[in-house]
Amino acid sequence: MTNFKVPVWGYWMMGIGFAAFVAMLIAYIHKNRGFRRPVFASPYVLWLIVFTVIPCFLVAYFSFTDPQGNFTFDNFKNFWDSNYNARKAIAPEDLKMYQDMGLSLEDLGLARDSINIDTLVFSLWMAFLCTAICLLLGYPAAHIMADREFKLGPTLVILFVVPMWMNFLLRTIALMSLMEDGGLLNTIFEWLGLGKQKLLNNIPAVQVGMIYNFLPFMVFPIYNVLNKMDYKLSEAAMDLGCNKWQVFYKVTLPLSVPGVVSGITMVFMPAVTTFYISRLLGGGKVQLFGDLIEAKFLSTSLNEWNGGSALSLVMMILILLSLGLLNKVDPDNEGGGMV
Amino acid sequence: MKKIVSLALALVLCLSMLPLNSAFAAQEVVNVYNWYDYMDETVFEIFEQETGIHVNKMYFTTNEDMMVQVRVSPGAYDLVFPSDYCVERMIAENMLAEINMDNIPNITNIDPNQLNADYDPENKYSVPFMWGTVGILYNTKLVDDPVDSWSILWNDKYADSIFMLDSIRDTLGVTLKYLGYSMNSRDITELKAAADKLIEQKPIVKAYYVDETKDKMVAGEAALAVVYSGDALYAMELNEDLDYVVPMEGSNVWIDPMVIPATAKNKENAEKLINFLCRPDIAQMNCEYIWYSSPNAAAIELMGEDYTENPTINPSQEVIDRCEFFHDIPDNFLTIYNSFWSQVKNAR
Repeated sequence: MTNFKVPVWGYWMMGIGFAAFVAMLIAYIHKNRGFRRPVFASPYVLWLIVFTVIPCFLVAYFSFTDPQGNFTFDNFKNFWDSNYNARKAIAPEDLKMYQDMGLSLEDLGLARDSINIDTLVFSLWMAFLCTAICLLLGYPAAHIMADREFKLGPTLVILFVVPMWMNFLLRTIALMSLMEDGGLLNTIFEWLGLGKQKLLNNIPAVQVGMIYNFLPFMVFPIYNVLNKMDYKLSEAAMDLGCNKWQVFYKVTLPLSVPGVVSGITMVFMPAVTTFYISRLLGGGKVQLFGDLIEAKFLSTSLNEWNGGSALSLVMMILILLSLGLLNKVDPDNEGGGMV
Repeated sequence: MKKIVSLALALVLCLSMLPLNSAFAAQEVVNVYNWYDYMDETVFEIFEQETGIHVNKMYFTTNEDMMVQVRVSPGAYDLVFPSDYCVERMIAENMLAEINMDNIPNITNIDPNQLNADYDPENKYSVPFMWGTVGILYNTKLVDDPVDSWSILWNDKYADSIFMLDSIRDTLGVTLKYLGYSMNSRDITELKAAADKLIEQKPIVKAYYVDETKDKMVAGEAALAVVYSGDALYAMELNEDLDYVVPMEGSNVWIDPMVIPATAKNKENAEKLINFLCRPDIAQMNCEYIWYSSPNAAAIELMGEDYTENPTINPSQEVIDRCEFFHDIPDNFLTIYNSFWSQVKNAR
């Protein structure tokens, strides 16, 4: 934000835009001689413009500009090669000095490095794994909870909901103290004679944290679909000679696809952009793509905001693409997903 | 009727955009922007009682947050507590107002050695508030080697029992110091050597933390940790097995001064508050609350042996002499620092 100033025409545009919005609203109310339903949506539309549309444009603007506000592709080159900006920052006379000393860019540690891409691939893999495990754990759980004959179903639903009344950061910090060397889990392990296990500050710990936080987002969409499903359909299938297993994969499973798709979307999206969980449970040793973006924005050098925006833009495009793919599976969006 | 209602609504929407808070500026105020938990808040109550000036308190967690806020909201802050190297940058960018030292008679309480530091050589823009060092906090029950050098952080014996700071300047800084270079190095070969050293160390590091370190050290989760001296004292109060040392290769010594932004609206009130904070009894209250070293010689006299006999809070001149201040590194060169830090953090 250092050198970013909203140009004068920007203020004019914002003013004119806001005036146009109000004028259109008044005209609409006038034309219909009263408040029609869309009028009530106008506060939300305004909210959407200010907090979603404008920020998206700002991210795009920052991605394609340097800190001085000139158009550039450097931020994306730096995504491809994480040392690109650093190499550019070496003063020409210094570079010549190092070359005279016979030092190559490799010797200086600033040759091409694919940190950003490697981390992106790693994040996608972690998110994929998290989604798969959530599905494996969540589907049976949702199925049991929605079972009419299982009396404890509603209790289970409440047990799933209660932790969500607490902020996810608090829950993750609690998880951290459970998994510490001197934490509850290790105390139990020692008591069982298993000895202390190294539970924290590694990749599995981060994965556990992600699954722990995102599992409800898989369970509830599936539960909703299964719960609303007409149980007479299963009964009919059984009357027509299906056994329990056939009822499941011929009737229940196909009908629950919208819930599964919605669950996958709602787990994969936050999983792929995770950042704080990895720092708490990975002890700063496991970096996800979200951590890279965060580091750019919290850097001492405010010049990094542009690079951070480029990383965010890449991430947003990837998410959009994957959502597009998922929408193909559930075109009517029956699972009530996010898009 | 409906037309009138809709017009009225539109008017309310437009009015809500106007800054109404300017209408409530009758009372004398001073807007303070400080680190979280960096002041005994009761001193503000005393200040309000004595002067009738209301203190508006706002907080930040990093220097970088603070810089952004001071830039984008001119006039919002009257008194700010940045770190030394940020003051250097703020002076260079004309972000600070010259303090009228005639309004700060209590500056005579400040130890002259703490004035005219590199970041503000003529002492025109800042008054020191607190200072401290960076060093190693270690658990005497878990470490049997003498702790006097940064090299112990590279000792395999303490694998998975070392906390490093998740902070680019501090961590690269102590490594540069360990290798015998300056903490403000702008030599790429030296930075590369430091980054390589940290990558080599990474497998034996338990975690990179900032705020979590002190509590984890109190709980005995690790044997060694790089910490700020105030955090060290906090932890040592709670666990008597802990001890703190500034390694022989030298380390970072820092000052957090008080400054007034050039855009401040209540400069005189800010000067009154600075003068108040330099009063010995008030400086003592703050020092005994946050446990960093005080630049206030008169306050130290009040605190007596509790302060002077404690080598963590009151390091000897010999220790200070082998330490170094951070200097501001320009954004352009910081890009290179960031690249190396990213290589360390992403090494597997």
